[in-house]
Amino acid sequence: MATMTTVVPTQHKKTAAPQRRRSRNLNWLGGSLSWLWLFVVMLPVYWIVITSFKQQSNYYVQNPLAPPSEATLSNYRLVIESDFARYFVNSVIVTIGAVLPAVLISFMAAYAIIRAGRRSRFLRLTNSLFLMGLAIPLQAVIIPVYLIIIRLQMYDTLLAIILPSIAFSIPLSVLVLSNFIRDVPRELFESMRMDGATEWGTLWHLAFPLTRPALVTVTIYNGLGIWNGFLLPLILTQSADQRTMPLALWDFQGQYGVNVPAVAASVVLTTLPILILYAIGRRQLLSGLTAGFSK
Amino acid sequence: MTSLAAPPVRVVAPSTDTGGRSGRVTWMAVPALLMFLAFAVVPLLGVLALSFTTWDGLGAVHPSGLTSWRAVLADPGLLHTIGVTFLIMGLSWIFQTPLSLLIGVFLAGHQRYREFLAVLYFIPLLLSSAAIAITFKALLDPNFGIGAGLGLPILAQDWLGDSKLAVGVVVFVVSWQFIPFHSLIYQGGVRQIPASLYEAAQIDGAGRFRQFLSITLPQLKYTIITSSTLMVVGSLTFFDLIFILTSGGPADATSVLALDMYQRGFQASLMGPASVIAVILVLTGLVLALVLRRLGGGSGDDSQLEGA
Repeated sequence: MATMTTVVPTQHKKTAAPQRRRSRNLNWLGGSLSWLWLFVVMLPVYWIVITSFKQQSNYYVQNPLAPPSEATLSNYRLVIESDFARYFVNSVIVTIGAVLPAVLISFMAAYAIIRAGRRSRFLRLTNSLFLMGLAIPLQAVIIPVYLIIIRLQMYDTLLAIILPSIAFSIPLSVLVLSNFIRDVPRELFESMRMDGATEWGTLWHLAFPLTRPALVTVTIYNGLGIWNGFLLPLILTQSADQRTMPLALWDFQGQYGVNVPAVAASVVLTTLPILILYAIGRRQLLSGLTAGFSK
Repeated sequence: MTSLAAPPVRVVAPSTDTGGRSGRVTWMAVPALLMFLAFAVVPLLGVLALSFTTWDGLGAVHPSGLTSWRAVLADPGLLHTIGVTFLIMGLSWIFQTPLSLLIGVFLAGHQRYREFLAVLYFIPLLLSSAAIAITFKALLDPNFGIGAGLGLPILAQDWLGDSKLAVGVVVFVVSWQFIPFHSLIYQGGVRQIPASLYEAAQIDGAGRFRQFLSITLPQLKYTIITSSTLMVVGSLTFFDLIFILTSGGPADATSVLALDMYQRGFQASLMGPASVIAVILVLTGLVLALVLRRLGGGSGDDSQLEGA
């Protein structure tokens, strides 16, 4: 991720180049197309927000793209009364409960693979297995996962969502983290050893601080995926008590399909936490999204 | 402790890890390995095993040989489903690649307004497929949706009720969701192109368009392969979006493999045939990934995903 910023100044040079007339024309074209694309991206967002404040009785009368004539919060009240606080808590439990252990054990595995991978055939095989795992789609193994969860008597619990989520976070996390741990100078490890530090101590006092950006990246990447996950909750839970937000959204839409403003409010409300995080930590979030693809 | 690590050690092992120490870190890989074995590797083998059984999802699992395979392979619907899967894969690749590339190049610039646009462009990345599908489903309503809103009759079609239009809608919504992600990859790729190349081209009098064709595009070769691999293999896993948006309909016009698997397994309680579809899904993904890697002149590296 760090390497991306190194080319920065040159882009300005390029724009202020000799070919001024022609490039200005193209810039103009690119500029207007970019606003057109902005329209395509933002129209659904705008629509869902304004619709969420409309009254159901007005919805079919007013122009769909006009702001509400009489704004109301009643849709939000309906959504909140439909137990969305509980679904929110469930989503938080699942996301934190899966991401923290996933990142921790991936970090440990990545550390072991980098530290002793050359010596240990076991670690090399483990690493190859994780790399192969990048190609296993969750969808394709959902039936056996369902069977395993039933046999473990965990069907319809949040743990049923958490365990497979951890497993499927591991391959990419190990890949990204081991790329970063590899960059830590060998001399630092050596001097830690000279000072008598254990491997566990070295992991926490040397590797952890030096790979913190990668850890944040991996946490965000996995967190977003699990927060928005739909398939695991759909298949591994059943009762309303165990619902996470994406599933609740779908269920709510099934129940109140005709009440478009209420459905819109549910979409806005479930998306809000992520949008707030985006506003706070945009850079981290974006670099997290391409974890492992642009290093 | 400190006294044990005597100075001579420095002389003994100057470059590589010393053999005896691997045992002290090896255990750290075990928790991840166990989790991954239990919930990814075992299920991967399990899905193959289950494809030779009969199971209704509730009772006991009975071995039944090739029954499920025969049932699925004899079903004329399978070819249709595979066709739809590849159609949606191909169309969304054709639609997404040029747009993501252009947007990525555009966003690689550091002008203020571009950075502002980037903030908004990337919003779809944050939304769940469920939220996106529900939004578009309502927005595409022929009577009360976008057509009526913009006053453009051409946008007021029965988008999800017509087979051809529904495929187009799925491709569009998929692109709306994923173009930001691929733009982000291309943006990173463009920013890594050495500036000296552009400077040299300018001295030679190459225009902006020419520079794009002879520098940007060739330099992005590996980024294009990475992005395409993710697009193509990723498209096999479109489930939630299509499930909510069309449920495979109208009729089975947008029924892709992942959806077919869900419907056979969890709606019709035929886990055997559903597992057969899952095996087909895995094999298709592997073959596609290998083919794309070969196209990229496979560097023999561990993973194509690394090579952006």
